[in-house]
Amino acid sequence: MNSILLFLLQYREAIFIIILSLFLGIEVISHVPSVLHTPLMSGANAIHGVVIIGAIIVMGHAHDVLPMILGFLAVVLGTLNVVGGFVVTDRMLEMFRKKKSKK
Amino acid sequence: METIQTLIQYTPEISILEISYILASVLFIVGLKRLSHPDTARNGNLWAAAGMGLAILFTILFHKKDGESIGNIPWILGALVLGTAVGWVAARKVKMTAMPQMVSMFNGMGGACAAMISMMEFPKLQSTLAAAGASSMFHGETLAILFGLTIGGVSFAGSMIAFGKLDEKIGDIKAPWLRYLNLFFLFLLVVMVVLIMFKHPVSGDNTIIYLLVLLALVYGVSFVMPIGGADMPVVISLLNSFTGIAAACGGFLYSNQAMLTGGILVGSSGTLLTILMCKAMNRSLLNVIIGAFGGEAASKGEAGDKTVKEITLSDAAVLLSYSQKVLVVPGYGLAVAQAQHLCHELDVLLASRGVEVKYGIHPVAGRMPGHMNVLLAEADVPYEKLLEMEEANNEMQNTDVVIVIGANDVVNPAAEDDPSSPIYGMPVIKAWEAKNVIVMKRSMAKGYAAISNNLFYHPRNSMLFGDAKATLQKLIAEIKNL
Repeated sequence: MNSILLFLLQYREAIFIIILSLFLGIEVISHVPSVLHTPLMSGANAIHGVVIIGAIIVMGHAHDVLPMILGFLAVVLGTLNVVGGFVVTDRMLEMFRKKKSKK
Repeated sequence: METIQTLIQYTPEISILEISYILASVLFIVGLKRLSHPDTARNGNLWAAAGMGLAILFTILFHKKDGESIGNIPWILGALVLGTAVGWVAARKVKMTAMPQMVSMFNGMGGACAAMISMMEFPKLQSTLAAAGASSMFHGETLAILFGLTIGGVSFAGSMIAFGKLDEKIGDIKAPWLRYLNLFFLFLLVVMVVLIMFKHPVSGDNTIIYLLVLLALVYGVSFVMPIGGADMPVVISLLNSFTGIAAACGGFLYSNQAMLTGGILVGSSGTLLTILMCKAMNRSLLNVIIGAFGGEAASKGEAGDKTVKEITLSDAAVLLSYSQKVLVVPGYGLAVAQAQHLCHELDVLLASRGVEVKYGIHPVAGRMPGHMNVLLAEADVPYEKLLEMEEANNEMQNTDVVIVIGANDVVNPAAEDDPSSPIYGMPVIKAWEAKNVIVMKRSMAKGYAAISNNLFYHPRNSMLFGDAKATLQKLIAEIKNL
């Protein structure tokens, strides 16, 4: 019990951010039209690519061969997620824009 | 731990880095907000991308751990360049029809990245705890590592299977026992996480973490395997929010605010989006996950001795030219055949003869919500011509001809009148209420949900067999000759 309370205290900021972000995430996209479901999903997909920061941190402090290889791979995969995600989303939305200008 | 470190070794860089993370978080939030409105969507994507670039750049420049700056910079830059080149080319080159697969693929990469971070951090944490003489691994960081690993692994494996299914490289395995097997795997995963949490830390004893990865991957595969291909968008959206949570675990581990907000934001909005998508199909998330779509009930309403009426090209041309109102209902077949430009050509041609042409877009037509809108927008079809399902259905009785191009399940009357059908209750476009229906299809094959369609045998329906593109071409030529 004590260790759980200590845990809550130690990570109170993170827990705070998690709870607020949970509500924010729901609030921010709650009125999205169904046409935008796909681009929104794709855009969100790119945003979770922030995981790359973790990969950079691990890679930046790796000294042995195995962690170096894993770290390198992790950074490559994370970049794929970020770059691919944003570019694909942009391509989808490009077509919506064209439609707009015709209007 | 973290706060003590920052107190001991304060440098302005730490503040700058934290400010950049706050900025990045704000950009993510604003970006996501803008992404959910048609007018600002494209711009919003760029905002979020800018936030990401900022966070990455400042991490490389200013991040310090125990006073040590980021090393291996050439390698990191190399990996960034490699990832950017491959990601950019893949995203640019991919055909519009293959977009959903691509999103799934990129999602999987993020999941794998999160899992790999955990795999590297676990041995480090274990040695630290062992050296400190801790009695068990019970620690917030252990929890974050294990969660990141499990969720990331499931997301990676699941996304790869979803990718394979959308690419039609992997079929569905529908067996009721898979459901129980999945529950068993899930139970095993939980047990393993608990076991690791309470195990005695021994430096170098990392076998169990590899076992956990393996199990997470197996679960990811068996989780997606029984779900029908038509439900993949929902699955991808769900796995997308999983990866968000995995990324947030990394943020927890490194006390990194940008990762934390970014990850949780995607986790929660992704979950909501998943539920919205399910609603568009009038099904619950649970139903999508455990209720195997198609499958056993598929044999019901089989063709039997019912007859199908065929229409010749010239008849179709005459019928269309002398109509007043025509509604085009596009589906995945249109996307596959890349016939959207021809479709627009037909619409312009008919309009020049005084026919009013509109498009009826089912929210889940194609392989993803909004798929048809994107495709038709590419072909310059004006926005006002695209009717949503309800509008289309309201006008149906006054419509002279409905042309169904490569769509099947979204115009299936079984959704309305056959309670035994797996798609019963799903809102559909009521093409059969129009005065005439022409279905353009390659063959009598079933749609993605693998159920037969009684619309084809409807007295007011006639079939026009052939590839959508070729048929449209001939039809246009035929109308021009009239």
